[in-house]
Amino acid sequence: MVLININEKCTGCSRCLKACPFDAIKIINKKAVIGEECTLCSACVQVCEFNAIEIKRKETKEIDFSQYRDVWVFVEIKDNKIRKVTFELLGKAKELADELKQDVCAVILGSNVKKTCPELFAYGADKIYLAEDSALKEYYTDTYSSVIVGMILKYNPNIVIYPATRIGRDMAPRIASTLKLGLTADCTGLSIKDGLLLQSRPAFGGNIMADIVCPMTRPQMATIRPNVMKKPEPDYNRNGRIVEVPVKINQEGLRVVVKEIIKTTISGAKSIDESDIIVSGGRGVGSKENFKIIEELANVLNAAIGASRAAVDLGWRPKTCQVGQSGTTVSPKIYVACGISGAIQHLVGMKGSEVIIAINKDREAQIFTVADYGIVGDLHKVVPLLTEELKKELKKAE
Amino acid sequence: MCVKQVPDTTEVKIDEKTNTLIREGVPSILNPFDQFALEEAIRVKKVSESKIPHSFIAQQGHNFLCDKKENDEIVVVSMGPSQTRNALMKCLALGADKAVLLSDRVFAGSDTFATSYTLALGIRKIGEFDIIFCGQQAIDGDTAQVGPELANNLGIPQVTYVEKVEKIEGRKLVAYSQTDEGYRITEAKMPVLLTGTPPTSFEPKNPPIRSIMTAKKKPFVVWCANDLKGEKGRYGLNGSPTQVIKVYPPPVREKGVMITDTPEIASKKLVGMLVENKIIK
Repeated sequence: MVLININEKCTGCSRCLKACPFDAIKIINKKAVIGEECTLCSACVQVCEFNAIEIKRKETKEIDFSQYRDVWVFVEIKDNKIRKVTFELLGKAKELADELKQDVCAVILGSNVKKTCPELFAYGADKIYLAEDSALKEYYTDTYSSVIVGMILKYNPNIVIYPATRIGRDMAPRIASTLKLGLTADCTGLSIKDGLLLQSRPAFGGNIMADIVCPMTRPQMATIRPNVMKKPEPDYNRNGRIVEVPVKINQEGLRVVVKEIIKTTISGAKSIDESDIIVSGGRGVGSKENFKIIEELANVLNAAIGASRAAVDLGWRPKTCQVGQSGTTVSPKIYVACGISGAIQHLVGMKGSEVIIAINKDREAQIFTVADYGIVGDLHKVVPLLTEELKKELKKAE
Repeated sequence: MCVKQVPDTTEVKIDEKTNTLIREGVPSILNPFDQFALEEAIRVKKVSESKIPHSFIAQQGHNFLCDKKENDEIVVVSMGPSQTRNALMKCLALGADKAVLLSDRVFAGSDTFATSYTLALGIRKIGEFDIIFCGQQAIDGDTAQVGPELANNLGIPQVTYVEKVEKIEGRKLVAYSQTDEGYRITEAKMPVLLTGTPPTSFEPKNPPIRSIMTAKKKPFVVWCANDLKGEKGRYGLNGSPTQVIKVYPPPVREKGVMITDTPEIASKKLVGMLVENKIIK
């Protein structure tokens, strides 16, 4: 059965040829011809301006799901290193795969990334799907989503999970839409119930939780918040199979091109979405200079430094530090809020933290409603003292 | 420009007995992310219409350049129940030129997949476009999925987390968007879909009374499922691959310990408790 078809509307304009990540299209007699390499990823359908390419998909209801196997994890790379959230996802995937008696597969795209494979095996991958190409060095929505769509269609996974990072949240909906799949955003819990992936997520600003399933479609897909799942202990004796997926990307076909990357993060500083501990400062800190006491406390705790919207607004910290609804949603093991009153937009972004410590001079501050430990007092006095006390305590522990 | 009317999530509570949302008394508002995106769309339109030479615009600190263009229209689209009219009227008062509401009982229960399908049909029916603006996410669901899914349905590229449109040159647009490490500047071919996320300095404004009055004279159309000519099975609940099977309150946080001693004692007490409860080791 031919699933992809070029109709008479084709003008041989070759846009599809450039867009194809698998080099599967040729122009013969001024008409596009689809070769065997085609994975039905539909990148060509996307760029065709003449509606000349049609992909017929089988009705999902007729499909016997037994051919869909394994739990896939999208591997996010940053600065040539695997991001911590990937390991958390691999740990969770292992749990799900064990219950289903299926394998954990890592999906990695990039340029010169094969060297990361041993680490992925150590954290639980049984198999790795590897797509390497110099054009995959930089993340682009179109290239990444097309390559993954192709892989999913070829290898039929049962479950695919992505980190709910800016990249994961940009790419996963595109894949879901192309494959006509459900996608659950920002999950904080995953389990198997009656053979289905049970996806739990907060909604309505964290006021309710919802359990979601996708019974009629495969693979089942979700994005998972960083820092929520436990990072497993690596076992460097583990090994597995690497499946190299050939790709050939024509960069001329890119519809979006990165012109410039501006890093505002302070070099060497820990990022708030990956750190186990975050020390945040708000308007109460008083000035950019005063953030020094927050930095000192963060240093002692080996923590990342966060900030409320007010502190970012006043130019005391870069936007990348902002915790909250219009910044980053975090869920570290310990969150220390210093001089943050606790606007709802901030609370939504941090109330998933395991332990919340708040220091504020206003006893009525909203932040205390979510705090496990609250100190009512002037942070300029409390924070340095706390830093000293912790220093002593942690020294003792050594 | 796609918008959503959302319950003000700061006011939502759950009925512990029935496990349902108490929506009574919760005000409905224009999703703040959408308002930002709309204001950005209006800014883009104003600059592209202005007769002022480019260099002058740059000097004025608008920091935005583009080819002169006339007759650009901002059409604001939403899918939702009839009450969504309120959010759309606000958009018109803020400066949108025309509103389209997609409203039909069969749209109910749409997840992001069905929503983006329906919005795409509506947008195609409206006609040609250069830029589709969406808010990054809606504050009720926080999924951030409708924008990219809509772009995919329309077969156009996307740039997400956009803080600013820097310039438009011919059929290309340059956008300034947030990343985990800072920002990136991208050049995208139009038509393109942008999802907007506000810089911290953004404050949603309320339209002046005069604009609210003139908004009433602007075109406002309502389309139902029959007007869209889509596949019936792809609307609403039936067209949604995700199924919500349970809604429940989040685990209740135990009441915290409040320490009101002097800073010296308080910091000692806190560290003591953290050690005792094995929070730090």
